[in-house]
Amino acid sequence: MVLNNIEKLLEKYENGETTLLEEQQLKSYFSQETVAPHLEMYKPIFAYFLVNEKEQFTKDVPLKTKRTFNYTWISVAAVAVLFFGFYFGSPFLQEPSKEEQQMAFNQFKEAMQMVSSNLNKGTSSIGYLESMGKGTESVNYLDELNNPIQRIFK
Amino acid sequence: MTQPQIMTQTEFLHIVMPFKDKVFRLAKRLLVSREEAEDATQEVLLKLWNNKAKMSEYKNVEAFSMTMTKNFCLDKLKSKQAQNLKIVHSNYQDHTVSVQKQVELNDSLDWVGRIIEDLPEQQKMVIQLRDIEQYDYDEIAKMLDMNPTAIRVALSRARKTIREKLTNTHSYGIK
Repeated sequence: MVLNNIEKLLEKYENGETTLLEEQQLKSYFSQETVAPHLEMYKPIFAYFLVNEKEQFTKDVPLKTKRTFNYTWISVAAVAVLFFGFYFGSPFLQEPSKEEQQMAFNQFKEAMQMVSSNLNKGTSSIGYLESMGKGTESVNYLDELNNPIQRIFK
Repeated sequence: MTQPQIMTQTEFLHIVMPFKDKVFRLAKRLLVSREEAEDATQEVLLKLWNNKAKMSEYKNVEAFSMTMTKNFCLDKLKSKQAQNLKIVHSNYQDHTVSVQKQVELNDSLDWVGRIIEDLPEQQKMVIQLRDIEQYDYDEIAKMLDMNPTAIRVALSRARKTIREKLTNTHSYGIK
């Protein structure tokens, strides 16, 4: 573009009289590698405008829809989970077979027998407690010992 | 709120998509900090979403949103200024750039940004809406509630100031 033209445009620009198209022309002229030396100071101005046109808003905007919407879906999900539980839970609730019952009973019986036999061993060894009873009886003679002492203090 | 939905999220996003970046950039021009501009944009978009029932009544949703953004940010700045009167030390942003920082600021694009930052709010907005977003004067007039002549005057002042300051700070034109 002719330099003369650019100078005229710049004058119009600074008076606020340029059209958008003319301003576009100025921007493209000053985005060139080399511009007339005496117009050098305009370069960063138009470059700044061009750079700033591109800045973007990148943050999310949390647009809230109605709350009830969420609750409906949560309840639907809960019902689905429940049905799932009923459907797939049922095989585990079936009665065990007779064999299994017998086996469980035998195991239980064995265990109980073991417990009872050990318990018996335990009680037999508690027998010595009887002899302890005898011991306490024989300590009674101490009472008799008390008698003479009492006599002395009389 | 129990009424059936008038507009779905997708429909809403479809309307908002084309200008959400413009809302953000205007907010950033005024509030400077990126985070605050993001918050402001969220706020504006949420307000739109909450009033989506009325959205069909607006003739121009985009212009309406830009006006909303402008008002929101100017309110924010006002309350900030009020706070700064109480807390003297936290002068918002760095209008007084330290000497060391000035040295670092070799990038002339940064300088342009800084010069615009120092402009009065109205000029900032006019520059943003015209030179960056390329709206025509009628649209800007609607958004900022100004008449087109006032817009031209503000724009002319802003453009001249930017060029002059840039010439001063950066030895341009000395050659």
